[in-house]
Amino acid sequence: MSNRVVNILVPVISVILGLLVGAIVMLVSGYDPVQGYAALWNGIFGDTYAIGETIRQITPYLLAGLSVAFAFRTGLFNIGVEGQLLVGWFAAAYVGIAFDLPMYIHLPFAIIAAALAGALWAFIPGLLKAKLQVHEVIVTIMMNYIALHTTNALIKVVSDGGDNTGTINATASLKSAFFESITDYSRLHYGIFIALAMVLLMWFLLEKTTTGYELKAVGFNKHASEYAGMNVNKNIILSMVISGAFAGLAGAMEALGTFQYANVKGGFTGIGFDGIAVALLGANTPLGVIFGAVLFGSLKYGALNMPNEAGIPVEIVSIVIAIIIFFVACGYVIRYFLEKANKKKEAK
Amino acid sequence: MEYVIEMLGIRKEFGSFVANDNITLQLKKGEIHALLGKNGAGKSTLMNVLFGLYQPEAGEIKVKGKTVKVTDPNVANELGIGMVHQHFMLVENFTVTENIILGNELTKAGIVNIKDAAKKIQKLSEMYGLDVDPNAKIEDISVGMQQRVEILKTLYRGADILIFDEPTASLTPQEINELIQIMKRLIQEGKSIILITHKLKEIMDVSDRVTVIRKGEGIGTVVTAETNPNELASLMVGRQVEFKTVKSEAHPTDDTLVIKDLVVADYRGIDKVKGLNLTVRKGEILGIAGIDGNGQSELIEAITGLRKSKSGSIMINGTNLTNKKPRKITESGVGHIPQDRHKHGLVLDFSIGHNIALQTYYQVPISKNGIMNYSKVSELAQKIINDFDVRTQGEHTPARALSGGNQQKAIIGREVIRDPELLIAALPTRGLDVGAIEFIHQRLIEQRDKGKAVLLLSFELDEVMNVSDRIAVIYDGQIVDTLFPKETSEQELGLLMAGQKKNSNIDKQGETTHVE
Repeated sequence: MSNRVVNILVPVISVILGLLVGAIVMLVSGYDPVQGYAALWNGIFGDTYAIGETIRQITPYLLAGLSVAFAFRTGLFNIGVEGQLLVGWFAAAYVGIAFDLPMYIHLPFAIIAAALAGALWAFIPGLLKAKLQVHEVIVTIMMNYIALHTTNALIKVVSDGGDNTGTINATASLKSAFFESITDYSRLHYGIFIALAMVLLMWFLLEKTTTGYELKAVGFNKHASEYAGMNVNKNIILSMVISGAFAGLAGAMEALGTFQYANVKGGFTGIGFDGIAVALLGANTPLGVIFGAVLFGSLKYGALNMPNEAGIPVEIVSIVIAIIIFFVACGYVIRYFLEKANKKKEAK
Repeated sequence: MEYVIEMLGIRKEFGSFVANDNITLQLKKGEIHALLGKNGAGKSTLMNVLFGLYQPEAGEIKVKGKTVKVTDPNVANELGIGMVHQHFMLVENFTVTENIILGNELTKAGIVNIKDAAKKIQKLSEMYGLDVDPNAKIEDISVGMQQRVEILKTLYRGADILIFDEPTASLTPQEINELIQIMKRLIQEGKSIILITHKLKEIMDVSDRVTVIRKGEGIGTVVTAETNPNELASLMVGRQVEFKTVKSEAHPTDDTLVIKDLVVADYRGIDKVKGLNLTVRKGEILGIAGIDGNGQSELIEAITGLRKSKSGSIMINGTNLTNKKPRKITESGVGHIPQDRHKHGLVLDFSIGHNIALQTYYQVPISKNGIMNYSKVSELAQKIINDFDVRTQGEHTPARALSGGNQQKAIIGREVIRDPELLIAALPTRGLDVGAIEFIHQRLIEQRDKGKAVLLLSFELDEVMNVSDRIAVIYDGQIVDTLFPKETSEQELGLLMAGQKKNSNIDKQGETTHVE
């Protein structure tokens, strides 16, 4: 079987397996799986509103997935997407509120501010990794907590003790009247184009540029890269910064698109962590990230319809969704271990 | 019974490769028995057979006169056989006691009794004069001490037959002397020792008898007192007919690489290159002969910028390149075929085409304004695949999927096509078949004939003798002599490599260039 065939077959079989086991769970719990999956389908594709909301949900997943995937390709594990997303969210909202500029300046300014905030948040673990060999997983996890509470505090400062920054100026908004009109007033916004452009950018960076060649080489084999005269440390930092910028943009999607504000949060959004799964599902390729984000976004949003339409309790729905994702991830994991075993054989 | 261990007619095959063929080794009680052979002669394989890690295809093992089947290392332990490995098997942040009892813990009601174990270890340590602190942490003690912990580990488990695998490879000279004393003490206390080594001096100093193996075959056993280093060297190297590489006379001209008083430490901070001097000229192949671990790797890494040198200088074509970055050195006209092609030479997950761009990916025409021109990469890859006979399905095949010989040809193509002033080839033919070896030798000679300088590092004496125009022998971090292949013999080289200096050369130590 060629590599390409395996690449396509593994996720397809995994989704089917996941659906089957999910169905068993529903049956055992006394619910009709056909009804349940019909509700899931309707939740995703039922009407134009559902489709609009599903795509809106996919948007930040795309960017969070890109963020994790990009770091992975350079041999780094960025668990800090959540934190980078939160600082990006706040930065975009702040710029959206605090400035009064024409749209063609204000909107790009707010978006770039979010990317820079995420990049800065990722630069710190990158620097620590490169200079002091501190493992990026530990630092990025801790940076998540710092981000959560720092942005909460900043929101309070900005809103004079309130827990919401208030709505951003229209000149910084990604809201789309056109999308609203064709999707029955869903919150779908222009951010999806930014996310897709970033997918293209990641592909271009990795596959077309000299920097991408270096980043990939360092990710695959640090020693050979050093031998070839590459600056391994510089590449580690650069990779984290680019990864963080993607995560910051995911935050901008929420601030400038979906919500139009930043608010104090009791916990993490989960998008950053789900980004890890999105990247893994997509085997860390730009195209794969689209697949992962579509799957994740659709299931997450569509599942909301299962309690309403099929009367399945939220808890069961969560289990079913988790099982589907579990099997997709397992397909990846199983193949990962198979490939590893193959490599070991070759080495011997 | 006189012998504590008898290995009779042992044969071990790996596929079609015969690692051990009809080897006999008999260890008397209370003797130090050396096992001598070049790298890859089959010493470790034989000991792994004794230790139960490999099962022999033929032959018999007797312990204290009784035929035994050593199915795994636990059986070996029960038979009283202990191995002191070359690479220590210790948990860095555990104490000496914790390491020694690991897997064999004394327990009282399920709780490990460290105190009693420590006492027992203290006693053992005093008995054999090991002077080990049972409560010290491994990471805080020297390499020599760590080795003693390994010795204690075997004694604690009741071993009375100890195998030392290249025990002096990572020790300082003082530590080596102390180790020899410890070994003698062990013998006094009734233990028997097998010493695996290729250092003739140690054998002459410490062993009672020597068994020599060459290319997997048992050559015989001699009594140390009745032999001499010369005889041992010729037994180890053999006098087999060599296939001479065809090449014309060298016409060396100016100096390309000049190394002066170079000192380089290894990753642990121990000096491995100790004031080395070396010159390589345009139009010659200089071969470095030596036994692994005498500073060769550190020397090459220092020249190519992968490791910082502590002092001394490295000049290439008159430019001082000491401690410069690898890229600067590469751009100064150095090509490097690295010792470990999987670690340094290739990005195995990249295609062979991508790998061929590894040294030039950032330069015009492959890269313009930060954008890769992959069609130029393809052109270059095609050229190298054709010119250097790289057998592959195509440039898009992952490097991992190529055979070792073809991987090596691709690396050589990549380095040679840049036409470097100095080509460094470190173990360029390791693990390759005869055809690939000859091809690679011819390419090195071609570079020489173009008037380039070639520095060849090899552990194979045949290769050094055949390919080099001049041979520099490295021992203990210094070039101990520089000779012409025609005027020397493998026996003489073998002696020099093992640290046996010819009398006439003692005062020439450090001098490297011969006056022609």
